[in-house]
Amino acid sequence: MLAYVFRRLVQSALILLGVSFITFLLLYVLPADPVRQIAGRSATPETVENIRRQLGLDQPFIVQYGRYLAGLFHGDMGRSYLQKTEVAALIMARLPATLLLMLGAIVAELAIGLSLGVLAAVRRGGALDQSLMIASFVAVSAPQFVVGLLLLYVFAVKLGWFPIGGYGHLSNLVLPAMTLGIMGSGWYSRMMRSSMIDVLRSDYIRTARAKGLGRARVLALHAMPNAILPIIAMIGIDIGIFMSGIVVVESVFGWPGIGQLAWQAIQRVDIPIIMGVTLVSACAIVLGNLLADLVTPFIDPRIKLR
Amino acid sequence: MSLMNTLLATSALAVSLSFASLAAAQDYTPDPNAKPGGNIVITYKDDVATLDPAIGYDWQNWSMIKSIFDGLMDYVPGTTELRPGLAESYEISPDGKTYTFHLRKGVKFHNGREMTAEDVKYSLDRVTTPATQSPGAGFFGSIAGYDAMADGSATSLSGVTVLDPATVKIELSRPDATFLHVMALNFSSVVPKEEVEKWGADFGKHPVGTGAFKLSDWTIGQKLLLTKNADYWRAGLPYLDSVTFEVGQEPIVALLRLQKGEVDIPGDGIPPAKFTEVMNNPDEKKQVVVGGQLQTGYITLNVEMKPFDNVEVRRAINMAINKDRIVQMINGRATPATQPLPPSMPGYTKEYAGYAFDPAKAKAMLAEAGYPDGFQTQLYVMNTDPNPRIAQAIQQDLAAIGVKAEIKALAQANVIEAGGTPKTAPMIWSGGMAWIADFPDPSNFYGPILGCAGAVEGGWNWSWYCNKDLDAEAAKADSIVDPAKQGERLALWSDVYMKIMQDAPWVPVFNENRYTMKSARMGGSDDLYVDPVSIPVNYDYVYVTE
Repeated sequence: MLAYVFRRLVQSALILLGVSFITFLLLYVLPADPVRQIAGRSATPETVENIRRQLGLDQPFIVQYGRYLAGLFHGDMGRSYLQKTEVAALIMARLPATLLLMLGAIVAELAIGLSLGVLAAVRRGGALDQSLMIASFVAVSAPQFVVGLLLLYVFAVKLGWFPIGGYGHLSNLVLPAMTLGIMGSGWYSRMMRSSMIDVLRSDYIRTARAKGLGRARVLALHAMPNAILPIIAMIGIDIGIFMSGIVVVESVFGWPGIGQLAWQAIQRVDIPIIMGVTLVSACAIVLGNLLADLVTPFIDPRIKLR
Repeated sequence: MSLMNTLLATSALAVSLSFASLAAAQDYTPDPNAKPGGNIVITYKDDVATLDPAIGYDWQNWSMIKSIFDGLMDYVPGTTELRPGLAESYEISPDGKTYTFHLRKGVKFHNGREMTAEDVKYSLDRVTTPATQSPGAGFFGSIAGYDAMADGSATSLSGVTVLDPATVKIELSRPDATFLHVMALNFSSVVPKEEVEKWGADFGKHPVGTGAFKLSDWTIGQKLLLTKNADYWRAGLPYLDSVTFEVGQEPIVALLRLQKGEVDIPGDGIPPAKFTEVMNNPDEKKQVVVGGQLQTGYITLNVEMKPFDNVEVRRAINMAINKDRIVQMINGRATPATQPLPPSMPGYTKEYAGYAFDPAKAKAMLAEAGYPDGFQTQLYVMNTDPNPRIAQAIQQDLAAIGVKAEIKALAQANVIEAGGTPKTAPMIWSGGMAWIADFPDPSNFYGPILGCAGAVEGGWNWSWYCNKDLDAEAAKADSIVDPAKQGERLALWSDVYMKIMQDAPWVPVFNENRYTMKSARMGGSDDLYVDPVSIPVNYDYVYVTE
């Protein structure tokens, strides 16, 4: 087990190194000059060259990348080109908001997905089951930008149940978390449904029913815990999916997380921020996957980590 | 000597000694109904990048920096007229090369220390030193000793001398009629050395100036709070107790919140998709202030690339574009343009009608120039709405005279890159990157975007038009410093732009209007909400009525 974890951590580090290299390379070959963004439109050619030299952007790729890595190993992610603030400070200021949003999204997708999945499994083949499964299909494929605006319009503008965007209260969290979670809930309802159907067919459920336990009791205490286990292991993987969703959702709802930071930095070619956010999200994805793999043997003892 | 004679003699003496000292008449009468107190909420989509006046150079932080800092010069609110700022008065030497500024006494920085001439010198040294990486350093090119600062051989501008704690003398290497405007730019703001040194690169997050407001809180990614500077040197200002800037708010969300009374001004304006709806609603229309802005949207024709090296072709293109239709496409939020300068800019030529829209004649001119069947070309455009739609309209207009233009819709940074690379972009629609004046003077529309200085790799003269004669005429105009001869100077500038239209390196398409939406409780004259210098609004002078 320990050897496995160690091996996976080394792998993860290599993956992150690869991610940093590829991102840096892509940003390097990008036909957009960050110095122009910093220097602005009134800058003289000397000003432009002076800024390029000071930022080390006149150096060859390998030198620039080497310097970046060296900084990274000392815990220095550099300073934003345009804001001049340390990237680490910018990310740390926004990371809690993103983590909170993800937590909210996980709660939302589990709550919606699992309950609908159970409902569909119990009513297997019926009209409810079929309409739920169609709905889940729509949920999985709906663009988050549209879902977000729709929720915002209906529940915040028309009904006034929630604030229109913003941050700070639990009521601010509901809509963005739902937007992010709805896609996952479509997934989870389908998985929960098939998982439940398998469990409901098994012998021990029949035994429980045969010994006279009520239907609800059997569902809640005997079937569901076993059906949920394989699904819990998927949450780690969700983190990766969320990372791609936060850019859109945070922009729509004005959620002050790292997705919004990345979006603004991309528009301004602020390379240190783009690199920083990419690496932090890559870390989250790698760790999420690792966590998912580590949790699995506890849930299903038949699986062994080697 | 009669009284009349005395007056004449004194003024003659004054003119011979110096051009002008500012009269107090050029100022602003605050609204007598203004009530002090209250907080307003302004929203933006993007984070505020920095509040360092040497660095900040976008329209979002420009007005914020203006309210936190002051320079020697300033503008009368809501106008393009200069007025003294931290300088109480000034003198210009007859040769136009020496400016002596007399500072106001008793002006304090937000940290309580009194501002002196040493701070003025320090601030100008700081903005021009290469280590500061100021995008505005080039504006100070006319100060003696600038070149030595730029190449790193000096650490202080030799042209700036502190005569006494309340007087600073600035010597120029050439007469520069725009110099007082430069002194009114944010880049010329006076900053306290001790605070800059204390915060280093983070000064932009901890700004300390002499302005009407001070920064009291900044939660990154969420909001900024500016509070009233109770010791502000302009008596009775500002009216508001505080201004809250909330960032990360989509324009559409900001509009919804304004309708619910949670926001006072959406800083990014009315979202295009909602524009017609707002303007058709009589109640909401009342909350919108319309004004001009010092902006021109244009198509550049790269004179170094065939067939735009032929002036007849460029003129034909100018006659092929249906500007009225393009203005309609953006819901009439602009006025068709005839020339590079916007109508509210001094030096604008009113009687010039521009190239008439005449596709038949344009086609005939193309044929005469040797392109009876038109030609193929490329039109670069920024990829955010409405620019690709405008590009399509241009494409159709060009197709009508046989020119097949392929649209290249790219991110802003990529279009800018292509524009500044030799022989790359034959045509560029400037939307989203269009020139907005740094200061209200005709010279600001020339050098970087139409002069030889901008026609270099990495420059902003995307038509690569370089006319040495016009450069000389422009230099001549800018050497006329005498305020009494401003008419002559503007006539020269008008002539420069008329000659540019003859050579037709641009198709001027439209001048965008500004639409500032405000909550019903906001007070102050409409001019303040379409202030040409402070966008969206001059925070120092507006107030709330409840």
